[in-house]
Amino acid sequence: MEQSAKLPILRREGRIRGLLSNQAFSLFLILILMWLVLGLLSPYFFTVNNVLQITLQAAVMALIAAGETFVIISGGIDLSVGSIFAFSAMVAGVATRDGLGLGGAIIFGLGAGALLGLINGIGVARLGLPAFIVTLGMMSVARGLALLLNNGVPIFGLIEGFKILGQERIGGIVPVPTIIVLIVYIGCWFILRYTPFGRFTYAIGSNSEAARLSGVRISRNLIGIYVLCGALTALASLIESSRLNSFQPASGVGYELDAIGAVVIGGTSLFGGEGSILASLVGALIIATIRNGLNILGISAFWQNVATGAIIVLAVYLDRLRRNRQGV
Amino acid sequence: MNVQPILKMEGISKRFPGVQALHDVHLEVLPGEIHGLLGENGAGKSTLMKILSGVYRKDSGRVLLRDQEIEVNNPHHAQTLGITIIHQELNLMPNLTVAENVFIGREPNRFSFVQWRKLHEQTRQLTDRLGIHLPPTTPVRNLSVAERQMVEIARALSVKSQIIIMDEPTSALTENEVEHLFDIMRDLKAQGLGVIFISHRMDEVFQICDRITVLRDGEFVGTVQASESSADEVIRMMVGRPVAEFFGQGESHPGDVVLEVRNLSKTGTSEDPQKRVLSQISFRLRRGEIVGLAGLVGSGRTDLARCIFGVDPRDEGEIYVNGSPAAIHSPRDAIRAGMGMVPEDRKLQALFLAMSVQANTSMASLGDVAQWGFISGGRERQVVGSYVEKLNIRLANLDQRALDLSGGNQQKVVISRWLALKPQILIMDEPTRGIDVGAKAEVHALMRQLAQEGVAILMISSELPEVLAMSDRILVMHEGDLVGELTREEATPERVGAMMTGEESSLSVGKYEEA
Repeated sequence: MEQSAKLPILRREGRIRGLLSNQAFSLFLILILMWLVLGLLSPYFFTVNNVLQITLQAAVMALIAAGETFVIISGGIDLSVGSIFAFSAMVAGVATRDGLGLGGAIIFGLGAGALLGLINGIGVARLGLPAFIVTLGMMSVARGLALLLNNGVPIFGLIEGFKILGQERIGGIVPVPTIIVLIVYIGCWFILRYTPFGRFTYAIGSNSEAARLSGVRISRNLIGIYVLCGALTALASLIESSRLNSFQPASGVGYELDAIGAVVIGGTSLFGGEGSILASLVGALIIATIRNGLNILGISAFWQNVATGAIIVLAVYLDRLRRNRQGV
Repeated sequence: MNVQPILKMEGISKRFPGVQALHDVHLEVLPGEIHGLLGENGAGKSTLMKILSGVYRKDSGRVLLRDQEIEVNNPHHAQTLGITIIHQELNLMPNLTVAENVFIGREPNRFSFVQWRKLHEQTRQLTDRLGIHLPPTTPVRNLSVAERQMVEIARALSVKSQIIIMDEPTSALTENEVEHLFDIMRDLKAQGLGVIFISHRMDEVFQICDRITVLRDGEFVGTVQASESSADEVIRMMVGRPVAEFFGQGESHPGDVVLEVRNLSKTGTSEDPQKRVLSQISFRLRRGEIVGLAGLVGSGRTDLARCIFGVDPRDEGEIYVNGSPAAIHSPRDAIRAGMGMVPEDRKLQALFLAMSVQANTSMASLGDVAQWGFISGGRERQVVGSYVEKLNIRLANLDQRALDLSGGNQQKVVISRWLALKPQILIMDEPTRGIDVGAKAEVHALMRQLAQEGVAILMISSELPEVLAMSDRILVMHEGDLVGELTREEATPERVGAMMTGEESSLSVGKYEEA
């Protein structure tokens, strides 16, 4: 008995069971179900164009949610992403206005997001303050800086090439933001699964004291996590600026809640240590689908807020039930 | 028998998805009886107690409280029936006072306003009844583990419990505290209460219990009179085979000095910045030897381990590894110098409960299974799998979460995390706390084997028999001083005990001098 018990240990869980217990996959089935229902309600819904439209609408939220997923898995939260979003846009806008070109705008924009993320990370990791407090402060600071950069006035006028980020479609069909989201998510999935940095992200969220005693450099990893979140937020902001043909200091208000909502719908625990990046992508798609579907059905935009909020709470409740059944 | 039992559980069965946790289990507790409930981890003790205290519902069987059949619906209902459970992880609110904790939810009040004087008076009556001195207004966070247990017992008395379940109450106590707890348990017994005592420590079970019920794999094995049984018999009942409680002493051949600590001192804890935690500690550890570090809780044993491993900062003192000074300021530094540490509290300091066994095992050695900065999944599984096999860790597959393993297997996962790094020095703080006898023997055998392979082991343990059986050399600490060093031949329980309590010292405490 002892002998036969040893080898199967090396095998992975059964494929089918593994797939069904996979958070991202079961959530994906729910998304498909939502699409089917909406498809029945409106003939327009189920066109290739509209599905791609949803991915486009979800893109900005999904990119922020990717960074937020890292932060939440590590046991923190980033409330400042909406303001970092605006600040990055304004920095990119100033770079554009001052003739730094496409490369300059992108580098300064992403750099601005990463820099504010770095400050968040230092506050959390080195000063040892709660992430909620640090990022709540940053939420206000970054918004103020975004408004200061051009006295609260948006910067109009995109330079050539910047439009590609948000407005172009590859082969005239697939929107560029959709492609960017796919690349970012594959990258993030890979990082979380196959790099020590990703593994440590879970470890810190699961038990930071145990991680420290295992030789994990907590503050280095935490700072990296917040920098990544800031940079991905900046990337999202460049895409939205491109789509809007302008750089808006008042943009991104409330985006932190959308992003956190997407992550939470994806089943990532706010207590840290657990979560799936692909589930966050599906979470973002679910929120976008609700908005798109209600639009198509001609339901007031005000109801979209009501529906989004209700879905977030419902999704977490269902996830709780699922976990209880699995005996977590 | 004409004494009417307080509690009778008959034919209790409980199924969880995939496991028959309990099958036709019996338990009977008489008034004024201390009843031991034994079994390896996973034998069903906790499940049975959770059914009794209303956390789980039984699938079948009957529970009789003083011959009345009862259905325990929830923990609160259990309390009103007079059934109280005192958990291993105590259930107190640290920021509330002793009195507030004892009477939480039931504070004496008039028109909804708490009558503080009455609350404190009643609390004092209860603590007096237990023969303990705890000011009712002390916040619980300032109390030791032993004192917190007393608060829980006071609470149990205040709700007029008939049955008190104590789940491994002694695992975090010093010998003196255990004695005190046993006195109180005898008092409860004299007052006619029934006490169910769960413990892994055979000597304690036989010291305090009247009868012992043994479970194995969810089945009822039997109930025996403690006076007519023996530890060997009970262990046989638990594991279904004879096991030596301690792995026999092996041959060890200490080699060169791998670790040398010189004049290590530390002052100040979070509660008391003036407290002298460690003063001028110096000692050496050689290849292939197991050195036991004995001392009462609070004597600085754990602090010493934490300072050596770089978890806590030290005020002064040098650490030499293989003869050269090692700059250790973090656990990471210690790991790079060739150390590993199995910390005192598995769940709080070592395990990532929601993560897989694989991730738990490879956490400290990820660098070794990573190539070009990426984790090679196949290699990781291979390395982890080899330790799972070597340590005989019982699990379904490597993706199983650490949470779902028994205490013994969890501890083996923690140990294998360090073995994967091939350390020269392994510090083990309470390596067998809260694990069952079978796993304990395996851990002891493993330690012996590691020593033979040349690893130097520094073992901290509150169990004196374990220290005496496992150590080639014993260091004894008392109030932050290293007061004694005994060879295996010199060490007797009496001498080590005398040193632990500060009655004897074999070392002149003073500054280290070059030998």
